[in-house]
Amino acid sequence: MTEQRTYIQGIVLNEETLCTLADICRLCGVSTETVYNMIDEGIISPQGAEPEQWCFTFVEIKRVQTAVRLQQDLRVNLPGCALALDLLEELEELRRRMQRP
Amino acid sequence: MEYKDYYQILGVPREATQDQIKQAYRKLARKYHPDVSKEKDAEARFKDAGEAYEVLKDPEKRAAYDRFGANWRDGEPFDPPPDWDAGFEFRGTGHRGGGATGFSDFFESLFGQGFATGGSRQSAFRMKGEDQHAKIIISLADAYLGTKQTITLSRPIVDDHGRVSTTPHTLHIVIPKGIIEGQRIRLEGQGQPGYGGSPPGDLYLEIAFQPDRLFHAEKRDIHLTVPITPWEAALGASLTVPTLGGNVQLKIPPGSQGGKKLRLKGKGLSTKNQQGDQIVTLQIFVPEAKTEEQRQLYATMAAKMPSNPRADLGF
Repeated sequence: MTEQRTYIQGIVLNEETLCTLADICRLCGVSTETVYNMIDEGIISPQGAEPEQWCFTFVEIKRVQTAVRLQQDLRVNLPGCALALDLLEELEELRRRMQRP
Repeated sequence: MEYKDYYQILGVPREATQDQIKQAYRKLARKYHPDVSKEKDAEARFKDAGEAYEVLKDPEKRAAYDRFGANWRDGEPFDPPPDWDAGFEFRGTGHRGGGATGFSDFFESLFGQGFATGGSRQSAFRMKGEDQHAKIIISLADAYLGTKQTITLSRPIVDDHGRVSTTPHTLHIVIPKGIIEGQRIRLEGQGQPGYGGSPPGDLYLEIAFQPDRLFHAEKRDIHLTVPITPWEAALGASLTVPTLGGNVQLKIPPGSQGGKKLRLKGKGLSTKNQQGDQIVTLQIFVPEAKTEEQRQLYATMAAKMPSNPRADLGF
């Protein structure tokens, strides 16, 4: 019996792939209000003037998801999440540099 | 089933106060949070601490747990005595899709049936499956060309009695050309199964690169250090250098210094819309003078090509 292999193709979440407000709410399991608050806090910054035209990059999805986890698991408030996300990004960059020969 | 020493996991004595338990848990949660910590077992330790806190923060569960006594050691084979929970209120309080917490068998069999509320991500019986996150490690060559991979994740399965076991879940996935480190691939509906007929969660795969003997990646660019001789640097040369796409000819301009960077366009991690380059850094290798004749050659250069490379530094 030969094995049937179906290869599945996902979506690469990079700067090129954009999503709407509804998408980001669905993907991250958050309300539009949460997204508004995160924008206010500078955690994410969509392109476009009105909420209906907002475009988010998929990199921002990661920031929203991490912020949600930090809030739930560590009871970090939103300004704290914004700070933690920036510091984590900086830390990641420094760790990457340290690995280099 | 193995006994879990929740006090040991939190690093507190058995007589710790509720406040001490809370503080110990919060400290560990911050330290081992998977988004923060890069330690290998961070996720497991974070879960363990969450499970321990779920029991010890609740005076009733803690009292029931304490009944087992202080003589058990973490990891020891364990079966709860019959009626161990008699007299405690959490006994038999309905079934809420136990196992969704990701807690241990030990926790599930003692507290799971009525108390599957831990982990804070589980709220109702009918809910979308949890998103699952995993890391996959690929070679730079695979990132350059794109590849197909088969991955196996373990997935918890809850049986009719609410018991949890894990089963391997195999996926064949396409990794597109030009993916870069830290990027994620989202596979819709490939996460944990949903409860009560709700849709499954999504699977997120984060890309990491295997260390490579020659190359390293910085975002889309591939870096390679190439040693050259002083005369190749001084006179110019045409070298064969490797790239992820095979060997190419690289022209070294005359008068190149060590540290000079040369760019090979399009030889990095490129997608349809974004180009990555290969950056070659020249490193001057000074051959050792092994014979008298070779020493003489260096001496002649010293005499005929006086130079002070430290002039700019002022000494």
